[in-house]
Amino acid sequence: MTSPAAEAAIAIGATPPPLPPDPGLLLLRQEVEDFLLHEADLLDERRFREWLALLAEDIVYFMPIRTDRAFGEQAGEFTAQGRGISWFDEDKWTLTKRVEQILTGVHYAEEPLSRVCRVITGVRLLAVSPDRRQVTARSRFLVRQGRLDYERADFVGSRTDILRREPEGWRLARREIILTDTVLLAKNLSIFF
Amino acid sequence: MPDGSPLPTCRPETGFIPREIFSSRAVFDREQETLFARAWLFVGHESLIPRPGDYFLSRMGIEPVILCRDEAGEVRVLLNSCRHRGMRVCRAERGNTRHFTCPYHAWSYDLSGRLVGVPMRRQLYEGVLDEASHGLVPAGRVARYKGTVWATWDAEAPDFAAYLGDVRPHLDAVLDHRDGREGGSEVIGIHRWIIPANWKFAAENFLGDTYHNPSHASVDLIGIGPSARSGRTGRRDEQPAQHLWVSFPSGHGVHSLIAPPDNPYTPAFRDDPEAEAHFARCHEERVRRLGEAARLSAFTGTIFPNASYHGRQPRGICVWHPNGPEETEAWRFFLVDADAPAHVKDVLRRYYMRYSGPAGMTEQDDAENWLYATAACRGPISRRQPFNYQQSLGAWRRGDPVPGDVSLQITEQNARNFYRAWQAHLDGAPWPALIGQDT
Ligand code: FES
Ligand SMILES: [Fe+2]
Repeated sequence: MTSPAAEAAIAIGATPPPLPPDPGLLLLRQEVEDFLLHEADLLDERRFREWLALLAEDIVYFMPIRTDRAFGEQAGEFTAQGRGISWFDEDKWTLTKRVEQILTGVHYAEEPLSRVCRVITGVRLLAVSPDRRQVTARSRFLVRQGRLDYERADFVGSRTDILRREPEGWRLARREIILTDTVLLAKNLSIFF
Repeated sequence: MPDGSPLPTCRPETGFIPREIFSSRAVFDREQETLFARAWLFVGHESLIPRPGDYFLSRMGIEPVILCRDEAGEVRVLLNSCRHRGMRVCRAERGNTRHFTCPYHAWSYDLSGRLVGVPMRRQLYEGVLDEASHGLVPAGRVARYKGTVWATWDAEAPDFAAYLGDVRPHLDAVLDHRDGREGGSEVIGIHRWIIPANWKFAAENFLGDTYHNPSHASVDLIGIGPSARSGRTGRRDEQPAQHLWVSFPSGHGVHSLIAPPDNPYTPAFRDDPEAEAHFARCHEERVRRLGEAARLSAFTGTIFPNASYHGRQPRGICVWHPNGPEETEAWRFFLVDADAPAHVKDVLRRYYMRYSGPAGMTEQDDAENWLYATAACRGPISRRQPFNYQQSLGAWRRGDPVPGDVSLQITEQNARNFYRAWQAHLDGAPWPALIGQDT
């Protein structure tokens, strides 16, 4: 909860204005976008272990629950990271467990495996550390999940990610996933976002 | 089921149950009329509405209700439907207010449901509209029980305590403080999600379908409990105990445990010494306070018809709201002791999130099964074969070692009893018969 990534998190609803123009950032954004698209490919291709390797050891993986509030009382709309119950508020150990579970071959919610296509778009940089080794990036997603014959779930939302440049390459240090649902209109969240 | 044909009759004592009851629209409609409109239903928890003016939107069957605390501190359960054209008068899910003002034509109601504002009343309604009889429809009866709030639409329903009957000590083991003091729980979060399945599959699962454990093989193989990092597989540390499956006249069913006479503490939080010490201390205090009664602990259960619980950890109440014959809106209220140390609450909430609900590693597999079991109730050929409920048929005895019909082996007796009570509700039986007071 007090990792550098958590401290750098941008509060929900407080997206800063675009960064000033800077040719150096173009390349950085390209790197970030490639990372995010590669990650989506790994997950679509069910290369879960390789995906796990892209997560920082201190990752925070967070998907709040939303509730509708009256005008003027919207402060309570999202559950908070680090408190109470969210859809996900996880660390690397739990995410690893989720992968291990799928790889047992008897996790029936993912056996047969879901067919998932992640459309990741609108990648932009919200914040960059002075040494350019830590980046906060926003992206939008459309995730379609197919299961067996008739099951289909669509998830639309945004992600705010913190990526950190480590000796082995970029690593995901924090991911915050915002859905549009209040009542979750899918029977399971058995896939990664 | 074709229109006009009689509803299927459920005679679970035969060991078989017709599939139609899990997919028929006519059965679903009858359930709303004769079951959900009469039975005591879980509405919420007082920790959601601590101050006057606080409200929380809930449901009773397919009816939307407002759970609120009025200016006098009284807990109210009101139908969330304007008396004019039915619009929902409250649409924010939680908050604090003095009035519920209808968005449609602006009739407004106070926190006790009284109609207190009608635009242009004098010009348009003078001498015609009787405001006093046009309040928001209140629940017939409301009961507060150890922090939880229950209600029934039927003003003639028996007291909640009579409706509970002998399931009460099991429910107490869910709602009471881990150290044995009465009550003291708070809700730390709520899951709400859609399961494309009949609500009864979920209710039945929790009232004691221990036989479905193989569906959770994946979590049991990898270990996800609070001792998993210390090398324990499974979903939790199992304590040495006599398992009991108990059913009750009102239709409730539970899976509970009786600890050995010396009732030792079983480590269950090996990954976190602070949480382990806390729960070991709570256990000792509970034994000291309750003595022999402390040997009972609640594992899972369903308070008829649709309020299920996990009594130990992850601890919570799950309500299976019927949306349609093939759709259920599940709500889980996660419970902790309000005065537990912040660190302990943090350990618990993390366990709850990875175990429960649509993102939970355990319950994802439940939803998968209920969906496809429901779908299997549609086809005319499939329907010719009723579901088999013969497991441990006849293997139970009354009142030994606890009140109720007790099985000491894994059984479908709780389910058979549930569907017996369900049938009595669908038949519109009188209350004494519905709660086993008719003999
Ligand atoms: S429907 Fe509410 S005022 Fe008309
Ligand atoms: Fe289960």
